[in-house]
Amino acid sequence: MTAPVKVAARPLSPHLQVYRLPLAAILSILHRITGIGLTLGTLLLTWWIAAAAYGPGAYRMATDFMASWPGLFIMFGFSAAAYFHLCNGIRHLFWDFGAGFEKPQYAMSNALVIVGTLALTFISWLFVFI
Amino acid sequence: MSASTNNLRSPLGRARGLGSAKEGLHHWWAQRVTAIALVPLTLWFIISVVRMASGRTDFGYWIDSPINAAAFIAFIAVAFHHGAIGMQVVLEDYVSSHGTRIASVLLVKLVCYALAALAIVSTLIVCLGG
Repeated sequence: MTAPVKVAARPLSPHLQVYRLPLAAILSILHRITGIGLTLGTLLLTWWIAAAAYGPGAYRMATDFMASWPGLFIMFGFSAAAYFHLCNGIRHLFWDFGAGFEKPQYAMSNALVIVGTLALTFISWLFVFI
Repeated sequence: MSASTNNLRSPLGRARGLGSAKEGLHHWWAQRVTAIALVPLTLWFIISVVRMASGRTDFGYWIDSPINAAAFIAFIAVAFHHGAIGMQVVLEDYVSSHGTRIASVLLVKLVCYALAALAIVSTLIVCLGG
């Protein structure tokens, strides 16, 4: 009765602290994180257009902030988040139609989302500075 | 499985309007419609911001075009709606207390729509006020 129970070395249910998320899962949670970030970013967008309505002084203050180093950092994150959410969102629309669920297909779309985000962000900032 | 045999209503007729979803499809569909609309609108808006940031165009000149002003107002309306219903999904998933969940969804939605109103009115002031 009191003999120690032998526990078979079978896998336990995945737990976030010990389970290495597959790439598709990392991109999935990034979709939510960027979505929350973009919603917060609308504060910046509203500030920008409301400042334009208030007058040249307020508008200058807004654009000066966005051209400052902290402002550029935020704008960079904003652009990368927007492109990621856009690319991954298009993938979600394909999934909604039931397409792209096979392993080679989502491995390919994982890569497309990452390459697309990096390329679009890089090209956009290239055009800002040239 | 004790459906009365003398009930003339079909199983679908009994199920309609019941269950946890109820109005869920509308929310799901609105999220997809706004997502599709945001694909061209977001790309157009980022290109516009890049053109302004790099001095290729100037804000006053850009917003004076009725097409740009209309597209910007459409972008604001659709983006804030998409953000509001997206945040609702995130809050409903992660906030477990019923009261806090309803309060936080309401608060986020009210803030989103208030910001959208401010941004749209500001755009109209800039366009029409000269």
